[in-house]
Amino acid sequence: MFARPHSDTPHLTITVDGQPVGAREGDSVAAALLAAGVVAMRSTPVSQSKRGPYCMMGVCFDCLMIIDGVPSRQACMVSVRDGMRIERQRGPRPLEVDTEDSP
Amino acid sequence: MSAERIATDVPARADIVVIGGGPAGLAAATEAARRGAAVVLLDEQPALGGQVYRAVEANRARGKTLDADYAEGGRLVDAFRASGALAIHEASVWLVEPDGTVGFSRAGAATLMKAERVIVATGAVERAMPIPGWTLPGVMTVGAAQILLKTAGLVPQGRVWIAGSGPLLRLYAVQALAAGGQLAGIIDTTPPGNRRAALRHMGGAMGALGELRKGLAWTQAIRQAGVPWITGAHDLRAEADDDGALGTISFTADGARRSEPADTLLLHNGVVPNVQITRALDIEHDWNQTQRAFRPRCDAWGSTSVPAVMIAGDGAGIVGAAASAIAGRLAALESLRALGRLDQAARDDAAAPLRRALARALAIRPFLDALFAPSPEYLVPAGETIVCRCEEVTASALRQAVSLGCLGPNQLKSFTRCGMGPCQGRICGLTVAEVIASARGASVADVGYYRLRFPIKPLTLGELAAVHAPADPTAPR
Repeated sequence: MFARPHSDTPHLTITVDGQPVGAREGDSVAAALLAAGVVAMRSTPVSQSKRGPYCMMGVCFDCLMIIDGVPSRQACMVSVRDGMRIERQRGPRPLEVDTEDSP
Repeated sequence: MSAERIATDVPARADIVVIGGGPAGLAAATEAARRGAAVVLLDEQPALGGQVYRAVEANRARGKTLDADYAEGGRLVDAFRASGALAIHEASVWLVEPDGTVGFSRAGAATLMKAERVIVATGAVERAMPIPGWTLPGVMTVGAAQILLKTAGLVPQGRVWIAGSGPLLRLYAVQALAAGGQLAGIIDTTPPGNRRAALRHMGGAMGALGELRKGLAWTQAIRQAGVPWITGAHDLRAEADDDGALGTISFTADGARRSEPADTLLLHNGVVPNVQITRALDIEHDWNQTQRAFRPRCDAWGSTSVPAVMIAGDGAGIVGAAASAIAGRLAALESLRALGRLDQAARDDAAAPLRRALARALAIRPFLDALFAPSPEYLVPAGETIVCRCEEVTASALRQAVSLGCLGPNQLKSFTRCGMGPCQGRICGLTVAEVIASARGASVADVGYYRLRFPIKPLTLGELAAVHAPADPTAPR
């Protein structure tokens, strides 16, 4: 687990699957979640096993999440913004199907 | 930041595009821009510094310098800012053409730029340390934890174990403890025989006494903090709790099996060159048996078989931050000569003191390479240990494919899907080569590596369809 120094109080709020989580300017999404004790960030397409950040530098693609509606974004490479909506990605990336255009 | 602003920000052409904002890239861009070249530096992170000097300006502004080596990154960034080179942040490079065209994405918008020369300074990545359970949430790399410390000030708390080998393992432990973090213990997997092998290089390392003293001071600081340090450990495993995240680690040390509760396990198995761009460009790579990694073939300036593309820093073979910065300057000097901005004599005059400094910076490398030579146990994992994290392909599945006649990494993709997930083989590439080599009784050099292709970063069809190629053909001066 990881902790913030006491002086670093979170001043931004993001949501993870609808739950509010504090964050600080300069955090990546993955760092903010780890600081809040969220370790598992997705489940794999192959075996649905849980995964969390491994490399934190954009190499491993294990922290893929749905960020502001966009799937498969690397949570370690996206900086937080106040009000950002984060969702855990379960299994394969969802296909974007626009049902209204379907015949 | 809006896509419009990004598109108009980016010049259509540059004399030199540098890829990567670590020590090699910063120094290369600074040297070239100071001497009058139009330089654009593309970096994937939100701030300059690379991984070694990650968030150095933000930390300096808050009075957090970590240590003297980290502070050196601040001086490199200052020099870069004064040089006139342009930095473009959060730019993910997915294409480098042999003619100097560079494609990158930023905030969902893709752009093509044309450079006369490209200096690839994409540094190193941590070598994979495949153990049973290394895909569990809660198992990360030591480098990842250090990035959390540098970018978000996060310190380890609770039952955090560090396992593996290498200088970064010690450095992170020292930094984390100094920042108020807690460590449950260090599980040192350095093979006991390494010490003897390293002693043979002690003579050369005496030329780098400062570095040796630093390493000793780190070791002393960790011992003084009372962190348990278990040496000669092997057969390390991570096991899940009921939630499917890390719950327990176990290992063998002093002939006994030990099991410990764990919230976090930080692994480190040394660093290796990041070869994604040089491989995709089809530059020849050579196997380095000492560092157990492939490195792109280049000359003493960083020139490759692709005339418009040079390499500087750890991406050309692991040399460390100080040597990388010098290599960056050498690549810049040769680029300027190739562009007709500097004659050969002026290039060589400027390079002479740099070459002497480079020799000094490299003095300790053979010693370090021998002392922290990776344990064979984690180069060639056994049994059901996952090798390809993306496609969840195990070591035994790889061995089975080899027994069916699969000879190399590329064939292995069609046999097993190994290396075909989103990381594009970044994590598993070297392990796959090692496993095949060991199963075939061949050398890793003969087994080879994945054939990589552009785009080297995932790109949406939307980004590709809307590629922005800046129209103004005049180079910025």
